[in-house]
Amino acid sequence: MSAPRLKSVEFRREREGSWRDLERLVERAERRGLATLSAAELGRLPGLYRLATSSLSVARSISLDRNVVAYLDALCVRAYGCLYASRRGFLAALLDLVRVRIPSVVRARAGVVLAAYACILLGTLVGWVTTDAEPERFYAYVPSSLGDDRGPHASTDALRDVLYHREGSGTRLAAFAVHLFTHNTTVGVLAFAVGVLAGFPTALLLFYNGLVLGAFASLYASRGLGVDLWAWLLPHGVPELTAIALCGAAGFTLAEGLLFPGTRPRLESLARRGREAGVLVLGAALLLLLAGFVEGVLRQVIVDPTARVALALTLALGVAFWLTRGRAGAPP
Amino acid sequence: MTARAAPLVGADEGPRGVPVAVVTPEGVPLVFHAASLPERFVAILIDLGVLFGTIFLCALLVVVAGGLGDETSGVALSLVVFLLRFGYFTASELRRRGSTFGKRRVGLRVVDAAGGPLTAEAVVVRNLLRELELFLPLTLALGVAAGNFGSSATVAWLAVAWAFGFGLVPLFNARRMRIGDLFAGTLVVVVPRATLLADVSHADAKAANGGEAALAAPALAFSDAQLDVYGEFELQVLEDVLRKGRTGLQGTKPFVVVAERIAKKVGWAAPVRGADALPFLQAYYASLRARLEHRRLLGRRKADQHDREARPPR
Repeated sequence: MSAPRLKSVEFRREREGSWRDLERLVERAERRGLATLSAAELGRLPGLYRLATSSLSVARSISLDRNVVAYLDALCVRAYGCLYASRRGFLAALLDLVRVRIPSVVRARAGVVLAAYACILLGTLVGWVTTDAEPERFYAYVPSSLGDDRGPHASTDALRDVLYHREGSGTRLAAFAVHLFTHNTTVGVLAFAVGVLAGFPTALLLFYNGLVLGAFASLYASRGLGVDLWAWLLPHGVPELTAIALCGAAGFTLAEGLLFPGTRPRLESLARRGREAGVLVLGAALLLLLAGFVEGVLRQVIVDPTARVALALTLALGVAFWLTRGRAGAPP
Repeated sequence: MTARAAPLVGADEGPRGVPVAVVTPEGVPLVFHAASLPERFVAILIDLGVLFGTIFLCALLVVVAGGLGDETSGVALSLVVFLLRFGYFTASELRRRGSTFGKRRVGLRVVDAAGGPLTAEAVVVRNLLRELELFLPLTLALGVAAGNFGSSATVAWLAVAWAFGFGLVPLFNARRMRIGDLFAGTLVVVVPRATLLADVSHADAKAANGGEAALAAPALAFSDAQLDVYGEFELQVLEDVLRKGRTGLQGTKPFVVVAERIAKKVGWAAPVRGADALPFLQAYYASLRARLEHRRLLGRRKADQHDREARPPR
């Protein structure tokens, strides 16, 4: 007697060729990257992938050969990885981020961005007023690594020199710029990351950075250098403070996802808010690069206080325009 | 008790993580296996090794090259540390299809938990939150160890312990998501490596006939009653026995044991001994699979031998 062939065996015989084909392509893409596939092979990839996923569905319902199901599962997972990993080139993704995603997320999260700014401003105000009342507080607010040769003990001339680099050597300047840049990025990333803890540490961090700013403002104002300080500070301060505020806003966004999931399951809410926060952080990273450029190059070239203020104004307008009027896109 | 909610892939023992179904845009649920804790741990160890190794090499280079002056070399080194700390994980997961060097060595990758493409912001979020889980407690611990906190060291150590708590989140969920994964909506999964093996129901017949199979024509005939003794679970266990036996490492002993057991249970009259065992098992496998697959097509699944779902569908 000859038993009828198993349907699952028939099915495998028919489809096996396309599976092997896909496996070869995926193998090569994994080893040497998608770019090494020829145009014809790239064109075949999605079709083969869909065939494999449909084979998987069929195999799950008709085949009891566990190896076939496991193999197809693995094959589909790997092909999925190749097809869905990175669809766009780096440059296209960056352009999209700058033109659409960052401005639209900033607008969608305008509330927390303003709240983050408010924390910094409040800190500045408190720092200013309290340092005015008692100059010794400067030492309590400003870490020694930042205020090394600037402080209530320094002479007015020394303070002025810092603003105009009368005697700073090139290396020292570069060292200072690198130090500031890494410091600011660290503060920003930390403000973002501790947002996980319901956002309170983020608010504290922003407030504290405001304190430092306020302490400096008070010190320089007391020596009659107020305008010079702001002219020195604002060109890079505008993008830098905005970057810190965006990082803080990202931290608050994480906290919001954790505390107020609304009608969504909490895990989904975390992921949704987390990605918005990620876009804000990317915006902050771009602004920090801009700040580094201004600090390292433009500020060394432009020394006149009026020109510096004009530069700061231009930057402020530019950043505001970018973040509020950028091309409209659907919020994520 | 019926075992209707059978796993998508047959019951799979072994050291694999929890299966997680991710529904692709095509609507097919793909079963990923979440990376297990040891795999994650080894991957992060390798990555940290790469990080600190690079920093160490750079420091060595600066010392050997000398001549740069303290300040310049200090700046250069701090820049390297900075770039690696914030850039290494993010850049490599963005560029190398969701896996850092360590993950690739272990065979892991990051995927979107919802089934979509892995986005840049998700990668940025999951890696910058490492700051909270790893670098913050590490910095704190180094600071305390260096005596920066003086008299309040006990309190500081408590703070360190508290901070390290964030890194322990993966211990408390089945999918081994850390805080970064939770907020980025990502999963770390095993990159599967399954190979397509020959079908055991006809492989030997195929080999004998030089390719074109006169398959699934079992030499032994079993009655329906004899086949109804077992279900899908036992069928797949038998598949494993046959596959492993084919490597020939274990000799024929397991076959004889299994065959005798089955023969006794289904009431097979003829004795199954020695060389008879393997053909008996293959024939029984082919017949059982044919019967179960046929029943499955008609909507009557039998998950295992205890499943009494032999009724027709309602």
